[in-house]
Amino acid sequence: MNEANPAPIQTQKPYLTPRDTSAPKLPMTEKVSVRDVNFYYGDYRALKSISMPIYDKKVTALIGPSGCGKSTLLRIFNRMYDLYPKQRADGEILFEGKNLLDPKQDLNLLRARIGMVFQKPTPFPMSIYDNIAFGIRLYEKVPKSELDDRVETALKRAALWDEVKDKLNQSGLGLSGGQQQRLCIARSIAVRPEVLLLDEPTSALDPIATAKVEELIYQLKSDYTICIVTHNMQQAARVADFTAFMYLGELVEFGETSQVFTKPKQSKTEDYITGRFG
Amino acid sequence: MQPQTRDMTRKTGFSMAMYDRRRFLSRLLMLLSWGAAATGMLVLLLILGTLVYRGVGGLNLAVFTENTPPPGSAGGIKNAIFGSVMMTLLGTALGTPIGILAGTYMAEYGRNTWLTTIVRFINDILLSAPSIVIGLFVYEVMVVTMGHFSAWAGGVALALLVLPVVVRTTEDMLLLVPDGLREAAAALGSPRWLVISKVCYRAAKAGMVTGVLLAIARVTGETAPLLFTALNNQFMSTDMNAPMANLPVVIFQFALSPYPEWQQLAWTAALLITMTVLVLNIGARALSTQNSKNN
Repeated sequence: MNEANPAPIQTQKPYLTPRDTSAPKLPMTEKVSVRDVNFYYGDYRALKSISMPIYDKKVTALIGPSGCGKSTLLRIFNRMYDLYPKQRADGEILFEGKNLLDPKQDLNLLRARIGMVFQKPTPFPMSIYDNIAFGIRLYEKVPKSELDDRVETALKRAALWDEVKDKLNQSGLGLSGGQQQRLCIARSIAVRPEVLLLDEPTSALDPIATAKVEELIYQLKSDYTICIVTHNMQQAARVADFTAFMYLGELVEFGETSQVFTKPKQSKTEDYITGRFG
Repeated sequence: MQPQTRDMTRKTGFSMAMYDRRRFLSRLLMLLSWGAAATGMLVLLLILGTLVYRGVGGLNLAVFTENTPPPGSAGGIKNAIFGSVMMTLLGTALGTPIGILAGTYMAEYGRNTWLTTIVRFINDILLSAPSIVIGLFVYEVMVVTMGHFSAWAGGVALALLVLPVVVRTTEDMLLLVPDGLREAAAALGSPRWLVISKVCYRAAKAGMVTGVLLAIARVTGETAPLLFTALNNQFMSTDMNAPMANLPVVIFQFALSPYPEWQQLAWTAALLITMTVLVLNIGARALSTQNSKNN
């Protein structure tokens, strides 16, 4: 909403201790600030007092063994859990100075600004063109020619345009798994969100498709704030600027990716990234 | 193969006698199930064959252009075909939207709520309720209150038969739509009703249309509910507020009559109904296989 608030958030807590002081750091603002968040599946407490920043126009990776709560945390950012009555969260998640966990928060508007791509590709049962146009039509009344442009731009950004430009009217279900996933990414960015949440976006893809999606993430971070959940630590090391290591519902360590992977502060983190457990 | 089997016998203490017994049992059961399937097919073919044999002879243009004749003279069943089409359309037009909305509530909004549990239970009862009971109910509620038989009452009775089938298939088909698709649509910022109408309905479309087709097929041949509601009409009538001729009741009346012309028309009408139902069923089957190929 406004740019007045980020300053106090910055001073909240020094999450980062710059490892390499010789390289000048660009000023970073927190796009999303997680503060003391708990999450419950019924009576089970799946997240325990999580606090961390998501920096603007950076890639933040959430890593950790299965069941540690990383997908759960990601699904709080766009209130996906609200679809299920028995799930609830408390604490604060500040998005531009406002707590997005506020029950009064309009979920549809929030989700239009914080997009999400899922583990399994989820193309809608409609044409490739309509898949991309779906989200745009929800909130904008654009003339056909502009809609065409938006669809083309989104598909180009998702590195899918060349493969589908001659079959935009064919069903999105006919694409390969990797293409479907890039279609879903294109669909998300066509809405022009500010934050993009990626929930293990490459776990169902082969290495070539994975490389394409990773390249895409790298390209997208100039415009979007990205938060990615991944099981693949090499992937986190390759694409992320910041990495959060979670274990049993707690945030064990958060820092710059290079620091987390080379000089972890917690022994648990070191055990995990060196493959000693998890 | 043979030497290898013998070899295995020697190596593992495999008993050839046991194997032979099992193979015999397997073949016996295969034969029995094949026989059961063939019996079912045979009955169906006999029915179809008889209908075609007895009905095709009477199939001529007059069937579609002339009304039901008085005893002892030739004629057609135009009025009955028209009446059946009208009342089936009315029944479908009334039953389908209500059924789809109810099924949508049950699968999308009211999952695991007590209301859904109760509605599903009652719907299952309605699904298996004898159609004569539905006919009596509409007779009591509409025919008695209005003071006369009418095509409106017939359409309502058929709607009550269409309704539970559509509710059931809509709910089942929507429950088959993966939640991931709903999440994906919601994640773009779509409100709930758009998630359902633009994504879930599309994904479940073939199944839902199949359900409606099967419901139409079910009511096409229903006699009892119409006997109590629309009754019959000797003449061509387009007045929905009056008794109206329809194929099942005409078949019932003509087949039991002593007049050969009427009996012939009954056979022809039966053939027409059966063919309609067959086409509807094949259409429904084609749709559902097409759907399973696409997904």
